[in-house]
Amino acid sequence: MSELLVLIDHGAGKPRKVSLQLLTAARRLAAETGDTIAAVWLGPGAGDHAETLGRFGAQKLYHWDSEDAHGYVTLPQVEALQKIVEDGDVAGILFASTNHTKDVASRLAIRCDGGIITDCSDVEVEGGRILGTKEVFGGDMISKAKVAEGKLQLFGLNTNAVAAEEGDGGAPEVVSLDVSLSEDATKTKVVSVEKQVSGERPDIAEAATVVAGGRGLGEEEGFRLMEELADTIGAGVGASRAATDAGWYPHRFQIGQTGRTISPSLYIGCGISGAIQHRAGMQTAQNIVPINKDPDAPIFSIADFGVVGDLYKVVPALIEEIKKRKGD
Amino acid sequence: MKIVVPVKRVPDTAGEKKLSDDMTSDRESVEAVLNPLDEWSIETALQLKEAGKADEIVALCIGPEAAQATVRKALSYGLDAAVQVTDEGVHGSDALGIARILAKALEDLDADLVIFGSQSTDARTCIVPAAVAELLNRQALTFARHIEIDGETVTVHREHEEGWDVVESSLPAIVSVVEAINEPRYPSFKGIMAAKSKPLDTKSLADIGVDPSEVGLANAAAQIQDAQPRPPKEAGTIVEDDGSGSVGASALADWLQEKKFI
Ligand SMILES: Cc1cc2nc3c(=O)[nH]c(=O)nc-3n(C[C@H](O)[C@H](O)[C@H](O)COP(=O)(O)OP(=O)(O)OC[C@H]3O[C@@H](n4cnc5c(N)ncnc54)[C@H](O)[C@@H]3O)c2cc1C
Ligand SMILES: Cc1cc2nc3c(=O)[nH]c(=O)nc-3n(C[C@H](O)[C@H](O)[C@H](O)COP(=O)(O)OP(=O)(O)OC[C@H]3O[C@@H](n4cnc5c(N)ncnc54)[C@H](O)[C@@H]3O)c2cc1C
Repeated sequence: MSELLVLIDHGAGKPRKVSLQLLTAARRLAAETGDTIAAVWLGPGAGDHAETLGRFGAQKLYHWDSEDAHGYVTLPQVEALQKIVEDGDVAGILFASTNHTKDVASRLAIRCDGGIITDCSDVEVEGGRILGTKEVFGGDMISKAKVAEGKLQLFGLNTNAVAAEEGDGGAPEVVSLDVSLSEDATKTKVVSVEKQVSGERPDIAEAATVVAGGRGLGEEEGFRLMEELADTIGAGVGASRAATDAGWYPHRFQIGQTGRTISPSLYIGCGISGAIQHRAGMQTAQNIVPINKDPDAPIFSIADFGVVGDLYKVVPALIEEIKKRKGD
Repeated sequence: MKIVVPVKRVPDTAGEKKLSDDMTSDRESVEAVLNPLDEWSIETALQLKEAGKADEIVALCIGPEAAQATVRKALSYGLDAAVQVTDEGVHGSDALGIARILAKALEDLDADLVIFGSQSTDARTCIVPAAVAELLNRQALTFARHIEIDGETVTVHREHEEGWDVVESSLPAIVSVVEAINEPRYPSFKGIMAAKSKPLDTKSLADIGVDPSEVGLANAAAQIQDAQPRPPKEAGTIVEDDGSGSVGASALADWLQEKKFI
């Protein structure tokens, strides 16, 4: 029986939400292909979470308990995965479509004769092979893609593409990996790590709700209001390029064609016109809510619910209203 | 030090996008531009040259004959020379196929540093830079928001979901850059005029020694099966506030509550 690997994305010793979503997607695929689901945890700390991973679908857990694999290091992780693929019978790998794992996946695909479909919003099985749905050309088109017969299948899924659902699996069999790294694998050194998290707020890629601010905020101070709204509903904070270019919010939080792509359940855009380049990063959100004083702003054409009004009037009133309804 | 900047021709985001019957991007029907992200990699290379860290910058493009306009555009920023690989056999290559062609072309160019944009705006896979590094057995420092060269050492600030890591490696290396790294300049009139006569070397796959069985549509590991325009969205509810904020806010709160967001 072949194995379907799920690369576990983890931070601060915990699996990220996307990892449980990947396991859920793997369960759906394996139900049709009959593959075994094996989670791969690179770096220390898997032990505490084995049971959770099992509940979400992992029947096996490959664990490389080594600091060498920890964090944003590419080649050590590639070599660990390469070992699993070469020693076993792996049909495919699901990974989170993040900057880091795309590096890992592309090197692995070259080494292990694979093909990669990135940024999938869903996966299914067709003719025994995985078929990924991906939005292309900034979300204007929706395409389906697969990896050629006989090649290792690598699929990158967007965060929140699939809702995480628990299965009824027990604790997985834990297999410890012993990886001897090549000399090249340690040539790139991480000198230091700079965290730039916005307080306790979730990152925009992970958050179920994202509040984004644009040029309509008029000044940097406007982002304090965005943060206040975000904190009221547990959201992450993003920005349009006009806002990041103005230096009002860090570039890392820019949403769009040349920024990041997000697929939250709810996106609230304040003072954002909805230029095509911005839409390229957010139009896959399940619910789109603009607050904009111009009724003709293009973003209203893709809105599920919109408010035409001054954000500096509407947002403070909204924060009060939400607090009142939540009984705060 | 020699820098190579790979540049791609992409359909203009604002234009209508189409796929041909063979599921490859229909590059004839839409207006094409230089991949916007490549403006940042070009700027990075120019700044390194101006700082005396590099002597020569070469653009490298894999694309049809018409991509020559894109290559000239890249040259107009002040790059020294360009290589374009044009061959029927390239058509339909997946990202790894393109990486194989780029890697072969780079072998001849003998660059100390290759600077990519972090993604291109059409397929946006972001996988080409690391794949090229793998093929050339080089270190890759991707998604850089800052770069420094000190002798044989290259240091970058590598951006990710939680901030950035300061990472270093030795040359030769492959780098990809994000928008935060700099402010791209505009080509000057002089640059545009000079670009017309700068050396542009056109090569075939055979010239650079690419095995035709590794590239092209028939050999692509990633296969697009189908593509449809996004279905139009149903019109949403739009509420007009009365200027006080409270009308809009309570209507929105109602909707959020109904949808169970609060
Ligand atoms: C190559 C390229 C790549 C790009 N990449 C990106 C990208 O990744 N992400 C991105 O976002 N953009 C990107 N852009 C820029 C994009 O084209 C737009 O310029 C940008 O998205 C506009 O940002 P905005 O909506 O915040 O500003 P504007 O378009 O100026 O809109 C501001 C809006 O705020 C409204 N407003 C003003 N005051 C108020 C108020 N008090 N209350 C309520 N509403 C108010 C106005 O009615 C207006 O609709 C890119 C452009 C190019 C050329
Ligand atoms: C709708 C659609 C979906 C696709 N999905 C996939 C997929 O999931 N997997 C897959 O393997 N392929 C896919 N492809 C094919 C892939 O996009 C092309 O092979 C493409 O040339 C690689 O570009 P990219 O946009 O992915 O590059 P990226 O990796 O996003 O670009 C990074 C940098 O690489 C450089 N670069 C990229 N291409 C070239 C070039 N031709 N010449 C010079 N420099 C270049 C640019 O400098 C760019 O800044 C898809 C194509 C289409 C049309």
